[in-house]
Amino acid sequence: MTGLTAIQKVVSKKTGRPRVEVGEIVEAKVDFLMLHEVTGPLAVEQFEKISGKPWDPSRVIVVFDHDVPPSTIELASQMRRMRSFVRKHGVRNFFEIGRGGIAHQVLFEEGFDVPGCLIVGADSHTCTAGATGAIGIGVGSTDAAVVLATGEIWLRVPETLLVEINGRLRKGVFAKDVALSIVGKIGSNGATYKALEYSGETVRMMSLSERLTLANLSVETGAKTGIVQTDSKSIEYAEQYGKCSGLLEVRSDHDADLEKIEMDVSNLEPVVSLPHSVDNVKPVAEVEGLEIDQAFLGSCTNGRLDDLHVASKILRGRRIAPGVRLVVSPASVKVYTEALRAGIIEEIVRAGGIVTSPTCGACLGMSRGVLAEGEVAVSSSNRNFIGRMGDKKSRVFLASPATVAASAVEGKITDPRRLLA
Amino acid sequence: MKIRGRIIRLGDNVDTDVIIPARYLVTHDAEVLAKHVFEDYYPEFRAKASGGAIIVAGENFGLGSSREHAVIALKHSGVKAIVAKSFARIFYRNSINLGLPALVIREAEGLDRLKDGDEAELDVANGVLTIIKTGEKFSCDKMPEFIMKIIEAGGLINYFLKENG
Repeated sequence: MTGLTAIQKVVSKKTGRPRVEVGEIVEAKVDFLMLHEVTGPLAVEQFEKISGKPWDPSRVIVVFDHDVPPSTIELASQMRRMRSFVRKHGVRNFFEIGRGGIAHQVLFEEGFDVPGCLIVGADSHTCTAGATGAIGIGVGSTDAAVVLATGEIWLRVPETLLVEINGRLRKGVFAKDVALSIVGKIGSNGATYKALEYSGETVRMMSLSERLTLANLSVETGAKTGIVQTDSKSIEYAEQYGKCSGLLEVRSDHDADLEKIEMDVSNLEPVVSLPHSVDNVKPVAEVEGLEIDQAFLGSCTNGRLDDLHVASKILRGRRIAPGVRLVVSPASVKVYTEALRAGIIEEIVRAGGIVTSPTCGACLGMSRGVLAEGEVAVSSSNRNFIGRMGDKKSRVFLASPATVAASAVEGKITDPRRLLA
Repeated sequence: MKIRGRIIRLGDNVDTDVIIPARYLVTHDAEVLAKHVFEDYYPEFRAKASGGAIIVAGENFGLGSSREHAVIALKHSGVKAIVAKSFARIFYRNSINLGLPALVIREAEGLDRLKDGDEAELDVANGVLTIIKTGEKFSCDKMPEFIMKIIEAGGLINYFLKENG
């Protein structure tokens, strides 16, 4: 019998069987379910058709993040509906405005992303939890409703595509450049229904924050989830903060049946994803000099302390170009607080940037930084579809936080290596 | 289970942001969502879909955001089924969960011969799409039995009630 893939190991455990096979449809036990104010109300409405109470309120997480604080009456009402659900069922893991941030970041900070835990979220970027070896699966509202009622989800055990990344990144090249390059290489449906698994020395050298960026973009290849193989960093995280028992070493056996691709990133340059698809990845050099209207630094992909820090290093002693605005949305209240303490927020503001509340906002064109017709944005976020950040005739170029900050200073898409001392 | 409708042809990589932009995710009222379906990308879509439509699309239909609002918007506009070369996985689940059949068709079936506006019939259980005028038949992959049961029940909630009721 061949060895097991990482995802087979976790799903086997969650079904209580010694071994599940790839391609099987199984019912798996869920450790945590995440809902937010956009997909949550529909999930709750569907849930109420089939059940009177959640399977386990202590395993339900409710986060407000998409438009925080709400900018419309409708969204304020959706939040009110979610608050009433939270109160009615005694959901303690509730992250109110000002006490959480972007869901995927909050899950990480609060210790939910324990290796080997199965997290279902009514949001496509739930795969971010794979940074520490948790299995994060994004679903829609009705799937979430059934999980809410039963604590279980049906899923097909996915094939695994192992991505082995080797090589030391050059100065000015970041985890985001690696993650975008992977999406470019695999394509936006190259891993549909599969699980991505990340290994290699580059990944092992990455901090947990960098791994969050890597895991986050997995869904942009169509993957069901993206898992970074566990090592001392993720095990230490789980031991220190973990809120879920059953920690597991998450990596495929050497003789497991899987596909593998290898990447050497030692010569990788800063890259951008050109409109309107995430897999349209080119070296920044190809579009350098293109004038921008907005630079956005934030999102579950790249709104963490190290992201804000590298931007502030570039902004220090400089001003954002006239005619350009830099919008910064820290990924969480914790990130915001730490950035304040480190003087990063002041540096951004002094340079002429604006710092918003922690929210998804601009990333999906919902609030706090939407684009007008014909505008161009360079963004540290995760999607550049038509109309994603605003008007249908706006254009979004995805890049690393350093490229975003450098471009804000120059007023045009800029290779950050020129501004990094 | 047989479905009739006019074919609407769409290309590859139709994402859920273009099906229903985030600015309308402030409600899950089907009528409001349908009013704005494909607003930026294909404004005539709703008028074309009303009265019953079968989408025939390319690769990776429904990629991106998990918003189930996209399926609600399509269904309420008049879409009865989607046939595509491939589906993004969250959209696929959402579509099944709301009882909207989603079938995979192979390029070898000669997709070019499925024309926008043609009246067609889809035999969901057997995976056969027929053009009414010419009688020409196209094979789709049959949906797995478990998924077919959800479709027959009219979606996951009804299926759940049936199984547990």
